[in-house]
Amino acid sequence: MSLFWTLWISVITLIVVIGCGVLLRITSKNYTGVPEGEPMPHSFDGIQELNNPLPKWWVALFWFTIVIAMIYSIAFPTYTANYNGLLDWTSAEKGVMNPAESAELAKTSQSQYQREMNAAEEKYGAVFKQLAYDESGAYKDLSLIAKDTEAVKVGQRLFLQNCAQCHGSDARGSTGFPNLADNDWLYGGEAETIKTSIMHGRQGVMPAWKDVLGGDQGVREVASYVLKLSGRRVNEIEAQAGKEKFAICAACHGADGKGMHALGAPNLTDKRWLYGGSRKAVEDTIANGRNGVMPAWSKVLGEDKVHLISAFVYSLSMTK
Amino acid sequence: MTTATTIQPDYNMKVVRQFTLTTIFWGIIGMSVGVLIAAQLIWPALNFDTPWLTYSRLRPLHTNAVIFAFGVSALMATSLYVVQRTCQTKLYGGPLASFVFWGWQLVIISAVISLPLGYTTSKEYAELEWPIDILLTIVWVLYAILFFGTLAIRKTSHIYVANWFFGAFILTVAVLHIVNSLAIPVSLGSMKSYSIYAGAVDAMVQWWYGHNAVGFLLTAGFLGMMYYFVPKQANRPVYSYRLSIIHFWSLIAVYIWAGPHHLHYTALPDWAQSLGMVMSLILFAPSWGGMINGIMTLSGAWHKLRTDPILRFLVVSLSFYGMSTFEGPMMAIKTVNALSHYTDWTIGHVHSGALGWVAMITIGSIYHLVPRLFNQRGMYSVALINLHFWMATIGTVLYIVAMWTSGVMQGLMWRAVNADGTLTYTFVESLEKSYPFYTIRLLGGIVFLSGMFIMAYNTYKTVTAEDGSINPQELGE
Repeated sequence: MSLFWTLWISVITLIVVIGCGVLLRITSKNYTGVPEGEPMPHSFDGIQELNNPLPKWWVALFWFTIVIAMIYSIAFPTYTANYNGLLDWTSAEKGVMNPAESAELAKTSQSQYQREMNAAEEKYGAVFKQLAYDESGAYKDLSLIAKDTEAVKVGQRLFLQNCAQCHGSDARGSTGFPNLADNDWLYGGEAETIKTSIMHGRQGVMPAWKDVLGGDQGVREVASYVLKLSGRRVNEIEAQAGKEKFAICAACHGADGKGMHALGAPNLTDKRWLYGGSRKAVEDTIANGRNGVMPAWSKVLGEDKVHLISAFVYSLSMTK
Repeated sequence: MTTATTIQPDYNMKVVRQFTLTTIFWGIIGMSVGVLIAAQLIWPALNFDTPWLTYSRLRPLHTNAVIFAFGVSALMATSLYVVQRTCQTKLYGGPLASFVFWGWQLVIISAVISLPLGYTTSKEYAELEWPIDILLTIVWVLYAILFFGTLAIRKTSHIYVANWFFGAFILTVAVLHIVNSLAIPVSLGSMKSYSIYAGAVDAMVQWWYGHNAVGFLLTAGFLGMMYYFVPKQANRPVYSYRLSIIHFWSLIAVYIWAGPHHLHYTALPDWAQSLGMVMSLILFAPSWGGMINGIMTLSGAWHKLRTDPILRFLVVSLSFYGMSTFEGPMMAIKTVNALSHYTDWTIGHVHSGALGWVAMITIGSIYHLVPRLFNQRGMYSVALINLHFWMATIGTVLYIVAMWTSGVMQGLMWRAVNADGTLTYTFVESLEKSYPFYTIRLLGGIVFLSGMFIMAYNTYKTVTAEDGSINPQELGE
């Protein structure tokens, strides 16, 4: 913030506050030339104004708020962005652009946000550690934690707070957001794979094939074949033409269309559809592609919490 | 004290009559929309799956209708009445008054049509799109010329304090409206425009506008009303001339800074948040100065409260004013704001001011005005005024108590954490718990609105009665 704006803000603020004080001093005394309690020598449409003194408690209140305000404005940043006040106070680290920067600053920052985060970490961090680690100080096996009702409950709460926005509070997902409770997995359902998905995120990219497939007709044919794979009744001639074109798709979805966990390519032979199973939705997916993003949570939540969330998510499939 | 029959014939009372009647009309419309959207919060099906009846479009219609149709009509009626009587001169500019009246009605009708159609700038209390903003600016400047022109040709040596407040309100609202509404239309044939501000600057300009719409329109303007109608109705001199000087100048100087308290803990820089907060604190005493001056004006006339329901309206409105101007600076403190912000507490605070202060002082002033404007010696029925008074008071109390309770509850639920630090409640759970309070709020709204219908009936009977035929049982005369 330039010196000009600092002065601009400070000078005008102080003129207003000091001006209030000066006027308060003046009106506290009787300079009107009219004895106190008597009417002023003018009237408007029959209305007179008495020259009563200001109520003393009100004057005291006014001075009190001015003094409090002045003390506060010295203690906290008030007149300029260049000075954080006597208490060197900031609400948060401004200008942080990504979780990595945020994590770096967290080590030294004294902002109110960081202090509250540190206090929370100190208070609650132990709760997570106790549930996530075994006696030797290593992470407990996820399948073990998934049987610990207390730990699963904590994992579920963390899920509700951080994951439910996309995956739903019952973890059953919605269009574009995978169902986590159906034992069907894009990247594999092993406990450690689930944890990897949460820790580092996933990029589920289906390219747009419309041009490669020769326009709407090609898309229609491939869609017919894909729908046939999951047992739908389709135009056989289209499906046959689509099967020939499916060689391109097989690179990820496999020759049998059963998908590939390593690439997160969905199984096309079951009746579960991430982006909808109507002909229109499937054609749209093939023609224009899809781009699914699961964010990485390691830096946002830390591994302890991710470990417990992973156990919770894993537990959803164990009961199946 | 003058009575209805001695209105000097050379005053322009036509425009005052027009604005007085439209105040009641738009009050009923604006509050009805409020009652409808309060009901929609309980029964969402009440939008009948019709886009222009959805909450998102009717909520700005409600706020615009009660602030700019009801509130400003009341301010125009009373300011144009008071400025003539306290300056002892007819309104300046001849036909200008009619332009202001019909121009303002055009602004309101444009809002009533464009908001339900979905045209909005998305700036709270400044939703109207650019063509209406331009029309509004023109009408407002004409209103300023009308008011200040009349002040300029006054036949009294001093300017009465009511007119200082009206003047501050007119000038500042013009500046606020113009600066906040600056926008670039997509094309000249399009209703859509984009604000010339962006990001935190846009937010700051918006709340500088938003809070001073409260400060100068809903506070300073209505204090102007108070400074005429309270001493008139009580037939007592204003308590303290010196208090009116200090509280006027400090109020208008400090209010303009308070906007950032709407943006605590946001991307607004820390220094601006602190500045908004300390100025909001200093604002406490200047705000209360008006309440003290109003209530103490009743010294020696307290007994009139027993018999005069109009005076009761005025005094109770001052009590609500005192309550909400205490509450406001408290809510501006960051630690309190951290609990109250984004909850129903804010809605309760606003309606403590809007129903308790703005509407009740308006209603009292209109009951004072109507007989004088329509050549009667009193309202058709004092009993009905009394009934209206109780309905308005009970409606307001139900409304604000429901919103306070629900607001504090929401704030506490949102910050409650389990032993592991996770949130105890989901947002939906806090919503579920709010339903009983939404019902009480709706009930309060219905009671308040019903009172407005009683007022409309009482006014209709007074206006249509033969000149001078109504004999007042008690009018505080």
